[in-house]
Amino acid sequence: MSDKLLEIKDLKTSFRIKDDYYAAVDNVHLTVNKNEVLAIVGESGCGKSALAFSVMGLHNRAKIEGNIYFKDQDIANLPPNKLNKLRGKDMGMIFQDPLTALNPLMIIGDQIGEALLLHNSELSKTQRKERVIELLNKVGIPRPEHVYEQFPHELSGGMRQRVVIAIAIANDPELLIADEPTTALDVTIQSQILDLINELKEDMDAGIILITHDLGVVAEMADRVAVMYAGQIVEVADVHTLFNEPLHPYTRSLFDSVPNKAEAKSKLHVIQGIVPSLQNLPREGCRFAPRIPWIDESVHEEHPSLHEVAPGHFVRCTCYKHFEFPGESSEEEEQHGVSRS
Amino acid sequence: MAFLEVEDLKVHFPIKGGIFGRTIDHVRAVDGVSLSLEKGKTYGLVGESGSGKTTTGRAIIGLEKATAGTVTFDGQDITNLKNKSDVRKDVQMIFQDPYSSLNPKKRVLDIVSEPLRNYENLTKKEERIRVQELMELVGLSPESILKYPHEFSGGQRQRIGIARAVALKPKLIIADEPVSALDVSVQAQVLNFMQDIQEELDLTYLFIGHDLGVIKHMCDNIGIMYRGRYVEEGSTEEIFTNPQHIYTKRLVAAIPDIDPKNREAQRQFRQEVKTEYEQSFNDYFDEEGLAYQLQPVTETHRVALPEKG
Amino acid sequence: MWKFTVRRLLIMIPQIILLSIIIFVLAKMMPGDALSGLIDPNIDPERIEELRHMHGFYDPWHKQYADWVGGLMQGDLGKSFRFKMDVTELIGQRVVNSFWLSLATLIFTYLLAIPLGILSGRYNDSLLDQTITTYTYIGFATPLFIFALVMLWVFGFMVGWFPTSGSVTPGLEPGTFEYVLSKINHLILPSLSMALIATVNTVQYLRNDIVDTKQKDFILTARAKGAPESRVYNRHILRNSLLPIAAFFGFEITSLIGGSIFIENIFGYPGMGQLFLESILLRDFSVVTAVTLLFGIAAIVGALLSDIILSLVDPRIRIK
Repeated sequence: MSDKLLEIKDLKTSFRIKDDYYAAVDNVHLTVNKNEVLAIVGESGCGKSALAFSVMGLHNRAKIEGNIYFKDQDIANLPPNKLNKLRGKDMGMIFQDPLTALNPLMIIGDQIGEALLLHNSELSKTQRKERVIELLNKVGIPRPEHVYEQFPHELSGGMRQRVVIAIAIANDPELLIADEPTTALDVTIQSQILDLINELKEDMDAGIILITHDLGVVAEMADRVAVMYAGQIVEVADVHTLFNEPLHPYTRSLFDSVPNKAEAKSKLHVIQGIVPSLQNLPREGCRFAPRIPWIDESVHEEHPSLHEVAPGHFVRCTCYKHFEFPGESSEEEEQHGVSRS
Repeated sequence: MAFLEVEDLKVHFPIKGGIFGRTIDHVRAVDGVSLSLEKGKTYGLVGESGSGKTTTGRAIIGLEKATAGTVTFDGQDITNLKNKSDVRKDVQMIFQDPYSSLNPKKRVLDIVSEPLRNYENLTKKEERIRVQELMELVGLSPESILKYPHEFSGGQRQRIGIARAVALKPKLIIADEPVSALDVSVQAQVLNFMQDIQEELDLTYLFIGHDLGVIKHMCDNIGIMYRGRYVEEGSTEEIFTNPQHIYTKRLVAAIPDIDPKNREAQRQFRQEVKTEYEQSFNDYFDEEGLAYQLQPVTETHRVALPEKG
Repeated sequence: MWKFTVRRLLIMIPQIILLSIIIFVLAKMMPGDALSGLIDPNIDPERIEELRHMHGFYDPWHKQYADWVGGLMQGDLGKSFRFKMDVTELIGQRVVNSFWLSLATLIFTYLLAIPLGILSGRYNDSLLDQTITTYTYIGFATPLFIFALVMLWVFGFMVGWFPTSGSVTPGLEPGTFEYVLSKINHLILPSLSMALIATVNTVQYLRNDIVDTKQKDFILTARAKGAPESRVYNRHILRNSLLPIAAFFGFEITSLIGGSIFIENIFGYPGMGQLFLESILLRDFSVVTAVTLLFGIAAIVGALLSDIILSLVDPRIRIK
């Protein structure tokens, strides 16, 4: 694990609600290496997108504490003019919803061309157009000359996502952040887009952060995986370790709630209670503890930190050592969890 | 005769055009769909966006006017039935988005009791008791009936939607992507719950979805739709282990494998299927790129292939 | 595109026919006629009846309508009983005046609305935004005719910067530089008064649209490309936000017509609005119907312009 591309140290991203700041991302340490896909997994509200936005500097009114080293430069709270030299050039981002991620009034060619124009002013107009067409080809869009002149609404969702990807990779970035790139797409389109990202990874030599809630996508794409819950990373491991030997109670619960793995018509595992809202996040102790109340409180750490249980495999809190799924009583639990909420 | 019998259902939407805005053509959203569903079973209707699966569901329940074909439910013809008859009361729908399908300005009590008010004459008190029972049935506390939808999480809202759907003790529920907007752990909760009440109330489900993992988990039989027509129909087993149509094969191959060890194999397999799909597209679809009529493979398994000879 | 325009033009035909019928029916329903009030009461009533027959007042309605429309087609809007001249000629002078007043008002409206809306939207919730928003609220609440009277009193009479009535200083030779200058001088106060009130709609609209567009995903895409803030605004936000303003243009014209009736009367500006009110008071029906018809057509044309502008700037409509 050499070639450190991005190193996040003790990142805390807080949003202001009324008069207080609430951390959506808390105490996050992460590294992304060159030529590696790091998947960040978690459910909505876990802070995975807030983390990505912090790296790209896309938050509007957030307080960002800690350090984000990109190629040894701390880019947390970098002033916009310096950040804009990196964004779109060394760092590219793919967004979730291709239907809204493109400007409806601009032709495709200009939207991709803009990324080139901003970072590569030596290119002449014709060179730029050539490069855009080359990019459209690269992301697998048929008839690129024609698509160049088209508006977003004339393209299908899958095609638009390819355009969004073309924008992100226009300047051969070293870091590519993909925020739920296939969530809004049909399965067959999803597999095409994932294959495309894989191909691009091979010839770009870039590091990729893949944000997703879909464990299937993680299994297919990731080299390493970070699992987030309530703003914190609860487990990090390489993909094989994580899928074979998940340790943190949250990771294990997540795996058990996916229908793909379970026997048809069997009961899926249900995590008790609900994901706490930003204002109600437990700030003390193990944040997952309220959702596994049958586990004795004493097994949680007072200030849970990430422990390296094997080389490269980190788990937060010590409760994993004592965690067990409750027998066949998942139905009762559910009732339980609900009445508490 | 099966519990729900859909015969050659067609839903065509007019396309307006030209200078005078006349109807110049039709979108064949649903173009000759037939399916039959046994009581107590779950039937999965699968397809990608634009395949017509949702329109099919809406036409069965009468939210969309059928252009042709018949829908027979429990022996009665309910095609294009508009009035609030007893049959309509037996068929209910669960919608995709628990955030927009519940009126934010109404209390849970009013949301859930709305169908009761339409069909049954209950006193305020009886109504309240019924709603409280329903809340308990869907695993929400009876006190929460005076809350508003925004006070609930996504999974809880979807259960409120289900409570509304089961309020009249329906026999058939059409569930249109009921878990697509939910996180995995919440999805598990709703799916478990749907199975529970199926047993409890002896429900029949028409489950519309695009997530094959969920469909596989829930359904006994599956129909695959593509551009308004069926390409394949069979038991869950048959569809997943022995898909016959190239489109089904491609759909099944596209499901991400949850085991990272199979990654390379899966990718290769998908590539092979893709090549096969491109090469043999013309063998499986007609000149317009639409599916052929279904031909039986086994008693339960039917595939859209050109007639031999 | 041409298809859209042609279709849009064809829709106008029934609109205008309907408008003419409504106006005609309303005119016929009005009590009295041109011969009832203005004619010397000493004339023999039988003679008046005779005149009524002669002028076709007892013809069946469809014949009267056909006559009226036939006249319209040839540019004959009837005769004013008050001014004893052809309505066409009478309106002719006024239309030009009203046109300039409307144009000046529109220019002022957008000159105010666009910068204010942009500032307010871009720096939303700042002190500047709050100030501008307060202005728009005051604008919404202030009746135009009161505001116009205040403007007239302050800038016309107290400070004396602008003339208080008319459209040009009498005695100037048309075509000379002084004449044009005087025309402009007479326009400023009424058009500015109207614009200051009329603009608040557009300011609010533009502000809200910019605040809306700022939250759109494609703005994130633009920022992620590394586009500096100025470019994000000029290239991505503004164009999208000005779109609905273009669509609003037609309604702007309609409200202009309503406003001009007050403004022209208060500022003694000889335009269509003033003529309209005078003619109503004097029961000069042929003028009233003609002016109403022209106002109606102006509103219909305004809506047409809106649609065409919108289809030019919005590719999503252009295709259809």
